[in-house]
Formats: sequence, C-alpha cells, structure tokens
Amino acid sequence: MNETITADAIAASPSRPAGAAVEGEASRQASAIEMQGLHKRFGRATVALDGVDLTIEAGEFFTLLGPSGCGKTTLLRILAGLEEADDGRLAIGGKDITEVPPHRRSVNTVFQSYALFPHLSVRENLAFGLKMRGMAAAARHAKVDEIADFIKLGDLVDRRVDQLSGGQRQRIALARALVCEPDVLLLDEPLSALDAGLRSQLQVELLRVQKRLGMTFVFVTHDQQEAMVMSDRIAVLNGGVIQQVGPPREVYEHPANAFVARFMGHDNLYPVTGRQGSRLTTALGELSTAEAGEGELLLIRPETLDLLPGEVEGDNHLPAVVVERLYRGSHAEYRLEVGDTTLQATLNNRGRHLPEVGDRVTVTVAPDDLVTLSE
Amino acid sequence: MAYTGVMPSARSRAMVREARHLLFTVAPGAVWIVIFLVLPGAYLMGVAFMTNGPYGLPEMPLSLESFKRLAGFGFLGWSPGNLYTLLRSLWQTAVSTGLVVLVAYPIAYYITTCREKWRPIMLLLVVVPSWTNQVIRTFGWMNLLAPGTPLSSMAEGLGLIAPNMGLYPSSFAVTLGLVYNFLPFMVLPLYAAFEKLDTAQVEAAQDLFASPVRAFWHAVFPQTLPGLLAGIVLVAIPAFGMYVIPELLGGGKGMMLGNLVATQFAGGANWPLGAAGAILMLIATFIGLFAMRRIGKRLGGGEEVVI
Repeated sequence: MNETITADAIAASPSRPAGAAVEGEASRQASAIEMQGLHKRFGRATVALDGVDLTIEAGEFFTLLGPSGCGKTTLLRILAGLEEADDGRLAIGGKDITEVPPHRRSVNTVFQSYALFPHLSVRENLAFGLKMRGMAAAARHAKVDEIADFIKLGDLVDRRVDQLSGGQRQRIALARALVCEPDVLLLDEPLSALDAGLRSQLQVELLRVQKRLGMTFVFVTHDQQEAMVMSDRIAVLNGGVIQQVGPPREVYEHPANAFVARFMGHDNLYPVTGRQGSRLTTALGELSTAEAGEGELLLIRPETLDLLPGEVEGDNHLPAVVVERLYRGSHAEYRLEVGDTTLQATLNNRGRHLPEVGDRVTVTVAPDDLVTLSE
Repeated sequence: MAYTGVMPSARSRAMVREARHLLFTVAPGAVWIVIFLVLPGAYLMGVAFMTNGPYGLPEMPLSLESFKRLAGFGFLGWSPGNLYTLLRSLWQTAVSTGLVVLVAYPIAYYITTCREKWRPIMLLLVVVPSWTNQVIRTFGWMNLLAPGTPLSSMAEGLGLIAPNMGLYPSSFAVTLGLVYNFLPFMVLPLYAAFEKLDTAQVEAAQDLFASPVRAFWHAVFPQTLPGLLAGIVLVAIPAFGMYVIPELLGGGKGMMLGNLVATQFAGGANWPLGAAGAILMLIATFIGLFAMRRIGKRLGGGEEVVI
C-alpha cells in the first residue's frame, strides 16, 4: 500500500512548479499519527514503552518530553520504523504502518548525531532520499538547490560534510529530511549538541520552518524549556508511560502529577496535611485555594508569589525570611524560610525594591494560582 | 637589533642539537635499509643484466639474455611456460584476494556487532594462527587435504575430484592455502573501517528510503573502502610473491612466479634469470599498487585512501 504513495510522490514531484515543495505547503495534506497500546521491552528487564496510546494531530508540532530512559526515543524510533513494537498498532494518515519497514514509510528523521554521510558531499547527502526513491538526476539537482536556499545554506552544497560547523550540520540534517517531503518529520534531540546561543536561534528557525510547511513534526527532547518554546502540545513520558499530554501552558501550570511538576522545574510541592473546604493545611501554614481539588500535594509556582516588606497580616499571607537571593537581571530568584520549611519565589525586576538576604518579608499568593495534584 | 648577537649562536646550537637527534634516531634505520634493501636490490638489479655462467652464477659481459629467457625464448625457440607462470600468479593472486575479501568482509562486520569486551578476543582468534610458522601451517593443510583424508574422500564422493587424487596437491589447495594464510591481513583493516562507521548512518539510509541492500551499498560499503583497499594491498602483494604455499600445496601443478625465482637461485640453476624474475615481480607489484591508488582516489572522492 505504502509503495503506491511513494510512487505517486515520485511521479508528482518533478512536475511540481519550482518552489511548490516548500512554499505552497499549506495546501499539502499533513498527516495525523495514531498510536494504540504500543509496548516495547529490551531484553527481559528493560521496559521501554508500557502501553502508549497517543494521537498526534495533522500539522502539529508535537514534543515527546522526558528524562533519559523514559522511552521517548524508543517511541520515535518506532514511528520511524527503526524499532519494532512488541505489541500495539501505529497508523499515519489513516494507514496502518505497524509492519511497514522504514524505507517504505513516508517519514523522515533528523538524528541526534545528524548521521550525515561523511563519504558524500553536502549535495549528495541532501539528494540521498530523492535518489533512493528513484528521482531523476536533473529533478534531484533542482530540488536540492531549492531546499538549500530554503535553509539558507545554498553556498555550502559542494562542501564536504567534515568542513561544516555543528550548526550547519544540524541544518543540513534537517534539510536532508525535509527535501523528501515526508508526511511526518521526526526530530531526535536535534539541538542537544549545540551551544546555548545557537540552540535558541535554531529553535526559532525550526519553529518557523514547521509553521511555514504545516508539516507534522514529532520532536524529542529532555529539555522542558525547549519543549515549551516549540510545541503545540507536549507529551511527558516516564518509565515508558505517558504522564500527561497537553499544550505547554497546561502541562506547566497544571501538571497532572508530582513527576510532571518536578520535571517541568517545580520545586514548591507541599503535602496537604489537612483540608477544610477550600482551605488547605501544609507545612507552610493555612492557605485558601480557588478550587480545593482532590490532590494530596500543593503546587506553588515561584512566579505567582509576591513579597511584601515587613510583616503584613492577611489571608494567604505568610511571614518569611530571605535566605538566598539570586539576582538575574530581569528577575531575582529567592529562597525563603517559612516556618520550618523553604519556599522558592521569583520576582520580576520592575525597578521596585528587591528584598535582601536576611530581610523579614511577607509572602502572598492569589488563591487562583494554587493547584493541587496527586503523587 | 639587540638580539642579533645572541640569536645565531642559539639557533646554531639548536641546529646542532637537532642534527645530532636526527643522526641518532634516523641513522640506524637508514643504515639498516641501505645494507639490507638498497645494496641487495642494486646487486640483484646488476645480476639480472649479467650472463649466466656454467654453475648458474652471474658472469660478465652484461646482456639482456635473462629477460629474453624470461619472456620464453630458450634454446628450443619460444615456449609459453614462463608466461603461463606469470599469468597463473596473477590469476591465483586475483582469485585468492577475491575469496579473502568475501570471507573477511562478513567476519569483520560480525566482530563489530559483538559486545565490546568480546571484540579483542575475536580479533585475537583471527590473528593467533599467523603466529605459527607458515611452513608448519601449510604442512597442516597437506595432512588435511592429502588423498585418503576425510576431506578428500568427501570431495571424491561428490565427484569433485578423480579417485585417489586427493585435494592436495592441486591449484585448489594453493588457493585454499593462500586464502587461509592471508585472512587476518584483510580482517584487521576491514574491522578498523567498520568500527569507525556510525550505525546511525545505516539507519539514516533506511530512513531515507534505502532498502537494506541499497543502504549497505550506498552508505556502508563506500565507507569501508579504505579498509578494503588497504587489505587488498596487504594480501595481494605478498600473495603474488608467495613461495612456500605453492611449493608445498601445488606439487608442481601450481607453480607461481615466486617459485620460478626461487628455483633459479636454489638449484644453482640460473641467478641472472632469477634476478630478472624478481625484477618482473617488483614491476608488476608497482603497477598493481599504482592501479590501486588510482582506484582508491576515484572511489574515495579524491581522498587518499591507500597507503
């Protein structure tokens, strides 16, 4: 079945007007991905995926986020066909491709190591997929030029791969996959080998490419910041199980459980020791929440807190002492002592007074900003 | 300038020191090469252009007699015997090298797929046989392939050879001996080439619509080419000049150029002819090396891949 798709793609591509491949992508049908009950184990002991059900919408920038060993890369490799699931089904664009080998899938991958072919020139690397699909040399040449211009590396096509910098390699790896016009583009931590500056620059670039092409991107990363910047939706994985799926704001502001909360960078988690309606008792003291929820952990996001100088009485007002202050220019990060426990707070630097270490302050928080979740 | 007075003496002292270093480090090797390679080579060269004396020893005057005889012109007119020996040497070398490649390639690949801690042991297993004397190993094959041995009987039963002939002596035995002998020289460079290869590239090729066969051909094979060519050089050159194996396993049926040369010296038959044969071997080897370089350059995308 899939072979007919490939054949059509070959037949259609050379006749397309120049630029159609990358410019007029909005008209192109992006493909949704459906996963049902995917299981995978390596050897007897290691469970990589333990029943993954997931639907990725067509044209979505979807991120698989989790710590190393959580199964995110395995899931990506199953999508690529490089790994076979022990159990479960996988469909792309409505077609079941569980059994289809990688070279017959209209899916391309940007590998973490880029996996560029060192014995081929940049041009030959870019043309590899087209050549394997049997596109004629002249058409291949035109398409490679087009994609090289698209990623602004047109003057590099005749170089050898080992003459490229890390960032250039990354872009060539991206272009090598994009030029094949796959239904789905898979990206396996493609930015992890780059330094911070280049990384954030390429994040933006990648995001723009995806929006422009309207292609379905599945992106793997362990960096929650990166995931939040890039994604339409994020799936947080741990131990081969999906912990939460949702847009970045939802995952960050309303984590489904303690694992997701901690992974998204939250430290202010306090066990709820008692509750009276919407009033919760924790080690910090008594706090009012908008909706009490069932969860046994209270999450307080540092950026929702405010610090008032001195001791101020009131609801959701907690007396505290500044233990540590990290001044970061745009904001300052505080470690506060509240009773016997500590609390992290982040204060935007709006030119107002920033309390010093040792100052007595009052922490305030709006009931709306308090969320409970379960372990 | 202020330092002109100091610099020259400092520099010349450094130069003297460097020269002394060079003398001590390079000289022993140079002396060795001159005594054991350059001088004998020049002597051999000279001998080849001399006349054959009554006891097979070289005599004056200089002549091209040996080269004529090598080309087949003897007392009884032209005979193709020497030409056949040369062709047989080339053929035997080509076939053996080809077979060595076919056997060594999967072995080298297999070793790279093994766990890291096993790999040195596997490589050791490949190399260990070559620590035994070549003559002894070749005698081993004689015993295995002689008439009446299980292997020979099996070949007889299958109708591959005539009754009571045995697999040895034969040119088959020579080929087998050569392949066996030179296997490690191919496995090691190929292993080195495979080990450098990033397995993600194979996956990338498959991801980019290459079937497993095409992934091998377009992504793997070209990258093992430097190892392959190095292995071919390491195998083909000594195989071409091989003396022991054809002598012992060929039984006169598989004589190669090396044997021709050896007979001219050993039996005291004709030193100038032997020397001419040796020069022919050298020339053939250089032509072969040159061809490999060219092939290597073309296939390696202009990069130096051999030697």
